[in-house]
Amino acid sequence: MNAMSSQLQPEMHAAVQPKTKKSLNRMKRSDWFWAYLMIAPTLIGLGVFYLWPIVQTIYLSFTKWGGFGKYKWAGLHNYELLLKDPYLWIALKNTLIYTVIAVPVGIAISIFIAVLLNQKIKGITIYRTLYFLPVVTMAAAVAMVWRWLYNADYGLINYLLSMIGIEGPRWISDPAIALYAVIIVAVWSSIGYNMVIFLAGLQGIPRSYYEAAEIDGAGPVRMFFKITLPLLTPSIFFVSITSLIGAFQVFDLIYLMLGSKMGNPATEQTQTMAYLFFTNGFESGNGGYAAAVAVVLLVMILIVTAIQMKLQKKWVHYD
Amino acid sequence: MKKLVSIAMAALLVAVAGCSGGGQSSAPAGTTDSAASGEKVTLTYALWDKNQMPAMEEMAKKFNEKNPNVDIKIELTPNKQYWTKMEAAATGGTLPDIFWINGPRIIKYADNDMLLPITDQIKADGIDLNNYPKALVDLYTYDGQNYALPKDFDTIGLWYNKKLFDDAKVPYPDETWDWNKLKEVAKQLTDEKKGVWGIAAPPYGQDGFYNTIYQNGGYIISEDKKTSGYDKPETIEGLKFWTDLINEKASPTAAQLSETEATQLFESGKIAMMYNGSWMASAFHKNEYTKDKVDVTYLPKGKENTSVIHGLGNVISANTKHPKEAWEFVKFLGSKEAAEILAKSGAAIPAFNGTQDTWVQSMPNFQLKIFIDQAAMAKPYPISKDTAKWAKLETELMTKAWAGQMSVEDASKELAQKMNEMLSQE
Repeated sequence: MNAMSSQLQPEMHAAVQPKTKKSLNRMKRSDWFWAYLMIAPTLIGLGVFYLWPIVQTIYLSFTKWGGFGKYKWAGLHNYELLLKDPYLWIALKNTLIYTVIAVPVGIAISIFIAVLLNQKIKGITIYRTLYFLPVVTMAAAVAMVWRWLYNADYGLINYLLSMIGIEGPRWISDPAIALYAVIIVAVWSSIGYNMVIFLAGLQGIPRSYYEAAEIDGAGPVRMFFKITLPLLTPSIFFVSITSLIGAFQVFDLIYLMLGSKMGNPATEQTQTMAYLFFTNGFESGNGGYAAAVAVVLLVMILIVTAIQMKLQKKWVHYD
Repeated sequence: MKKLVSIAMAALLVAVAGCSGGGQSSAPAGTTDSAASGEKVTLTYALWDKNQMPAMEEMAKKFNEKNPNVDIKIELTPNKQYWTKMEAAATGGTLPDIFWINGPRIIKYADNDMLLPITDQIKADGIDLNNYPKALVDLYTYDGQNYALPKDFDTIGLWYNKKLFDDAKVPYPDETWDWNKLKEVAKQLTDEKKGVWGIAAPPYGQDGFYNTIYQNGGYIISEDKKTSGYDKPETIEGLKFWTDLINEKASPTAAQLSETEATQLFESGKIAMMYNGSWMASAFHKNEYTKDKVDVTYLPKGKENTSVIHGLGNVISANTKHPKEAWEFVKFLGSKEAAEILAKSGAAIPAFNGTQDTWVQSMPNFQLKIFIDQAAMAKPYPISKDTAKWAKLETELMTKAWAGQMSVEDASKELAQKMNEMLSQE
């Protein structure tokens, strides 16, 4: 506190003088002080719960684990093992497939639905609630319900398919299909969250643009591509960054739907980076190796996010 | 607004006062060993089986009546998360005072000094270890020290659906059955049109291929815990018993069984027979469909007449603040009185010899005696220092073999090779 008041001392004198540059400066400084004070809890939390664990994880990725958190320095050993691990390549491939499909498809469908739900139709709030429901439902419940729907012998989906003469696939136990089955659920459950952000973005677009376009004789499709889409790009940018990071970390749906202890023939071929991290860290007690997996994942996310940030100048329009 | 702030402040004050008050009253109990002074002590007791909760609560109550200064707080964690949680607690030095342990974890916990050895206490209090099956006492002895008093045990039986046997006019399985007879009847009972299979052959160890490996003279891990038995022809043949059943379409495929668990299929009358443990008895007894339609008998014989036995033990955390009270409680849990409570509930077979009859009689519509008889000739559940590591690989490779992605020989030999590597590092 002493240091603080002595710092403020010169400005105190300045304040007595009539309005000058210096008094503005003083205002600014105390503003800053309060601003930092206000965000201090978040900053401290970020440091303690995010930054410090990141530092620790990087450190632990160079260690070999014994029982119960005992570890010793192992240099690059984990990374050498990682490069030789066939599961790493499976996990990388699956993580990329998952991301490349789930993110754009999820965004496209969300925009479509958001535009529809931005119209004046009856019972609009009911529709909005329905689309948002999966977001507030626990992943465990979502996964369980879809497990039943997907069940190849007794599930609803294959029953419906059989009525039109199609023999449905083994959705969650065929290694060639299971990943796509999970992607469908992931897209379905991401729509609600994205939709809300897009709705907010849509409502920020002034009506006068559309009125002007209508006078000029533009149809709804043209209006969508020439007005709505460009002005929605900030929202699209935000959603694509967050859902990309989310997609890279996909774990819960895969773990819960494909299970790890039930002897599912599809699990091995469907694992992702976060899944690899979990099984090594928590099931085999191989913390150092798991940390190395996490570091690889972190680097991947950093690179992709950096690319996105760079590219945004090319396509995101802030008005 | 002002009012709101003052209410919030008041609430905060109360909360802070509450915390410090609680801290004060529990602090002395936490720092002194207080059996003599008669102060209140609270012990935490962790377990994972919801079915056994009522029996455990009753035991805690009985114990509290005799030791009014000791309260038992039971913490239930579902089986799937139990060991993840315990591992974190052990790493952070916050293990519960007393907890359930199983074979696969005992050496790891004992070897890392997480558990309190109880050999001296057993001697001092004159506990007769002959009261428990020897296989279980041995399971929880490491480096010449006892770490747990056995709590219960489980063996495997052949559960069957009487209705499906009656419908097909086939006599029920009995002690005369061998592998061939099982295969023959399983095929006979399979009716693809009705969606009924003779048997379920999931890639499970304890309630599956461990039994047939032992019956065929094979083994999973050598007695000195240094080598794997998965490259032995007898072991591979024991595994093929199951994959043959799938290939001959007497069982649903591995994929089908991963989507709908064998137990679910059995409970809905889709499966005529399955290997399953004594632990299922109380669930089948409560289930509307299975309670009067199913029964259980001995496992069909292989070259040897044996099965797997496993059981749980109660252990004390090495850094409990109340080792004396914790031992008193563990002693009580291992007593005949506690075993009788467990037996009556039917949830598990108590380890205390002589009380098992009570368990057998707790569900008279099943021939539960077979589980006790099988215990006499059973072999212990295979474990090593870090069982979890190779057990995960076992599940992975066996799943591949069961699904036909790999031949049984290849999967088994690869498992042996990798398991040997892991065992040499333990």
